[in-house]
Amino acid sequence: MRYLYYPGCSLKCTGRSYEESLLAVLKALKIDFVELNDWNCCGATAYMAVDESKAFAIASRNLALAEEQFKNEKEIHIIAPCSACYMVLLKTQNYLAHNAGEMKKIQSALKESGLSYEGKVKIRHPLDVLVNDFGLKEITKAVKHHLKGIKVASYYGCQTVRPLATFDDAREPVSMDELVRAIGAEPVDWPLKTRCCGASLTGIIEQVGLPLSYIILHEAAKRRADVVITACPLCQFNLECYQTEINKNYQNDLRIGVIYFSQLLGLALGISPKELGMQRLFVKPEGVYKAVKGGETVYV
Amino acid sequence: MLSSDKKWEPRIIAFFCNWCTYTAADLAGVSRLKYAPNVRVIRVMCSGRVDPQFILHVFASGADGVLIGGCHPGDCHYSEGNYKMLRRFMLLKRMLKKMGIEEDRCRLEWISAAEGEKVKSVINDMVEKVRKLGPLGIPKRISKIDKEIKIIEKEINPEEAVEHA
Amino acid sequence: MYSTNGNNIPRIGFYICHCGHNIASIVDVVEVQKYAATLPGVTVSRDYKYMCSDPGQELIQQDIKEHNLNRIVVASCSPLLHEHTFRLAAEKAGLNPYYFHMVNVRENVSWVHDNKEQATEKAKDLARAAIKRVFFHKPLEKKTVQIKPDVLIVGGGIAGIHSALTIANAGKHVYLVEREPTIGGHMAMFDKTFPTLDCAACILTPKMSAVKSHPNITLWTYSEVEKIDGFVGNYKATIKRKPRYVNEELCVGCLDCIEACIYKEAKYPDEFNLGLSKRKPIYIPFPQATPQVVLFDPETCIDFKSHRCKKTCIEACERNAIDLKQTAKFEEIEVGTVIISTGFKTYDPKLSPQYGYGKLPNVYTSLEIERLVNASGPTAGEVVTRDGKKPESVGIIHCVGSRDEKSNKWCSRVCCMYSLKLAHLIKEHTGAEVYNFYIDMRTPGKGYEEFYDKFMNEGVHFIRGRVAEVTDWALVPEEENKLTIRVEDTLIGVVRRIPVDMVVLSVGLEPREDASEIRRMFNISCSSEGFFLERHPKLAPVNTFTDGIFIAGACQGPKDIPDTVAQAGAAAEALSLISAGKIELEPNTAQVIEKYCSGCKSCIPLCPYTAISFKEDIKKAYINEALCKGCGTCVAACPSGSITQNMFEDEQIFSEIEGLLKFAGIELEEKEVEHA
Repeated sequence: MRYLYYPGCSLKCTGRSYEESLLAVLKALKIDFVELNDWNCCGATAYMAVDESKAFAIASRNLALAEEQFKNEKEIHIIAPCSACYMVLLKTQNYLAHNAGEMKKIQSALKESGLSYEGKVKIRHPLDVLVNDFGLKEITKAVKHHLKGIKVASYYGCQTVRPLATFDDAREPVSMDELVRAIGAEPVDWPLKTRCCGASLTGIIEQVGLPLSYIILHEAAKRRADVVITACPLCQFNLECYQTEINKNYQNDLRIGVIYFSQLLGLALGISPKELGMQRLFVKPEGVYKAVKGGETVYV
Repeated sequence: MLSSDKKWEPRIIAFFCNWCTYTAADLAGVSRLKYAPNVRVIRVMCSGRVDPQFILHVFASGADGVLIGGCHPGDCHYSEGNYKMLRRFMLLKRMLKKMGIEEDRCRLEWISAAEGEKVKSVINDMVEKVRKLGPLGIPKRISKIDKEIKIIEKEINPEEAVEHA
Repeated sequence: MYSTNGNNIPRIGFYICHCGHNIASIVDVVEVQKYAATLPGVTVSRDYKYMCSDPGQELIQQDIKEHNLNRIVVASCSPLLHEHTFRLAAEKAGLNPYYFHMVNVRENVSWVHDNKEQATEKAKDLARAAIKRVFFHKPLEKKTVQIKPDVLIVGGGIAGIHSALTIANAGKHVYLVEREPTIGGHMAMFDKTFPTLDCAACILTPKMSAVKSHPNITLWTYSEVEKIDGFVGNYKATIKRKPRYVNEELCVGCLDCIEACIYKEAKYPDEFNLGLSKRKPIYIPFPQATPQVVLFDPETCIDFKSHRCKKTCIEACERNAIDLKQTAKFEEIEVGTVIISTGFKTYDPKLSPQYGYGKLPNVYTSLEIERLVNASGPTAGEVVTRDGKKPESVGIIHCVGSRDEKSNKWCSRVCCMYSLKLAHLIKEHTGAEVYNFYIDMRTPGKGYEEFYDKFMNEGVHFIRGRVAEVTDWALVPEEENKLTIRVEDTLIGVVRRIPVDMVVLSVGLEPREDASEIRRMFNISCSSEGFFLERHPKLAPVNTFTDGIFIAGACQGPKDIPDTVAQAGAAAEALSLISAGKIELEPNTAQVIEKYCSGCKSCIPLCPYTAISFKEDIKKAYINEALCKGCGTCVAACPSGSITQNMFEDEQIFSEIEGLLKFAGIELEEKEVEHA
């Protein structure tokens, strides 16, 4: 099956390494995909709060484009890796399906630009595609470096599985843990998988955002995680880039790698750190590199 | 009652089994659930007692719909009366269709003694569907046919028709 | 037997009840009354405030005598409530009670509609239908059946035990069937009981042994009802007695075999202590188990797996009671009445993952704590966490699996009270700080509010708010290695984090997993949450819609011990049936009109009670009235219309349909009847 790929804005700038690593993994696993033509910003959570109708309109444009681009395909599956994009698209689809009035409004807006949206497109998270479509057994088969001996804390963030995702449990998601096991590493059992990292607040009101990130990093370190993996560009940014700030505020010496799940998977599949965009990291996940190269540290 | 100045309202006759659906209707009452006043209930011991003739008679007497309520499959107070009803219902549905009576006018529902809420939703839903279909008016149609036949008879055989009258 | 008051020409009395305001506020009863008076056949038409009251009934009786009435129609509440009352009233006035018909204008009209005009119109239609219907009513004789005096009680918790003793003490025989190896149920697992704090064992075990030794009680534990057939007064049940691999008559409960088992250490989770302790493959659930008979668990006994055990247990048994070849035994019994007292199960808190049960080792259910504080429990009454430490602080979370949209909507009624009790017991055993997290405190019972008061003064903390999460992540160093309870304290309006060593989840009460199967087997109903449905929540709380089957205890809905014991008054209902010796049944049976029967046999396979047979000599079907239960399925199916059902004859139902729908034909009908 061929998938549509909707990168969203983050994956083209701050979250570049998420795109680099995910696409490298998809290619390595021979999962066929093509980028959505002429896509636009999903509106993210911010716009939703300002003007819901307009937010639904710009998000649905992407869905309409997908139906247009894949109109000859049997099924239309669109991969949205950024958790905000994924959530916003799902929410838009869900809301329009249950609200005929709004749907009418959106349809007439789309018509202006020669588009229409029928609700046929299926919005997929890359985790969902990897675990449920491609399959864990196949992933294990494709692994080149079994990441034996490293402990991984899976962190989904608040938006990936909430509130509308159906591929995993909203409170106790497990698909990332399963993926971790499939590549030979050991998932950390912890209760903070879906807790907020502080999101945009870390940049605006530090005293609210920082403690939230601190809790997550502190608990991951306490549970002896070698690395935290995530599926959200903002989570990755908050958890990695503020570590010095957190240590200053909490008299701590936390230093723990925070990488995308696709980067960890890529390493296991034998893709070079550079291809996975790992040279962009501030905190090098030493433990992971050691596991890949049998004890020797690789520098990228 | 059904004088021309009044707006037409659907008239639906329901056959409810004593043990499940009738009890559920009582529960709806005790819970003060409000539903459309267009349904008149006839109590039978078991949905298995509902003779297809009753349903035809209901339509022939001028009703716009028939609702049959029985226990859920496996829950019948008499083991399997509801299954017997279901069998008859499937046959009857085909026959009604051929007679030109729309499917939504005859409905079989499983409603347990605990489902007062379902009595309400089923009745409201059915009343709305029948309202959309409009009056069935079988007695009127029959009298019209009768008149037509009389006219035809007269044309064919004027003397006999007079005798009959 | 009854006067028919010259029933060829119907003289109908029509009565409509105001039911206070219940009917009269929505249905214009006077208008219905006046309308009914204009209908053919109606001699008297009245409305009255309360028809079911004594004066209301006397009104009917007087009219029957004065106006020579021979048909009665009462429009009031549901026939399931008062049909019997009015039939009796008619009978007292000398009229055959089956000349009476009831119209439901309360549950079916006034309580469910709010448009007065339409409701009145509907009431008129229903009244007209009934008036047309009674034209075709016939006098019937009631059917009586004998009641066998023996009683079957299913479930040997406190409800079953109390019912069994009540009936046995009245001199009747009881078969008490219990699924577990011992009777006692949940109550046997409790330490103390609220609000008196007397020890559960001290009040229960004497009753358990009384059951065992009572000459009128046959106790079958480790047994289940396999099958039940028949009808009120005459039930036939098959009881499956599962093999214990120990001869119950020979075993004296010396427990030497357990000592002798080749497993020196107990290593399998003990069911009675909810897995908090271990047992051997041969075991007794608890020291006071009744009967005092050991049993084998074939899943864990070596000999059942390999047949190569040294069988030291058999050697140790002086009375040769052990029989490893024992198989299930089936007992057939005949009883007149059945009491179902199968109890409840506790909510599985794993379904509320935010509380961490099953994941965080020091999160316990309330039932587990009952075992922990119990002197004969797994820790001999010492309250310790799973790592063996005495807790310094304990949080008790109320309403786990109760009053929750996501799990069970109902209040489990006992959790507030047992949480208070456990708070007290934990404090008494450990001196820990105890926090109760509640939504509302519900203590409606004799001495219950005082019980609550007492523990508030004892220093137990009460925090009002539904707990969001129990977690082991720490925000501050004091929370490290503790369980933190996150809750919004709704009384002071802040979110609090309270670190504790132990969390107790006050789990709610649910129907048993197999309640649905039991319901089907005994032909009774369940309410939407799955508890067994009573015939009337107030006036017939232990009766079911099936005559002769009663329910008692928490299988009908969550109940505490005092209420459960009070409900075991189901026994009184069974006894009243037994002492009457017989019961009158609705004469709604079916019969074949031989002259019309074509002998096609299509009715025969339809009858679930095999009441229909074929008379070979005359080639006609025949219905055995004693076996017929009056469902009417055969009547509806007979192609030649040669089967009729009393009380639901074709012409009665046709007239009801016409009454509801035809508006013109009434005068015509009257003339026909008058001329008949």
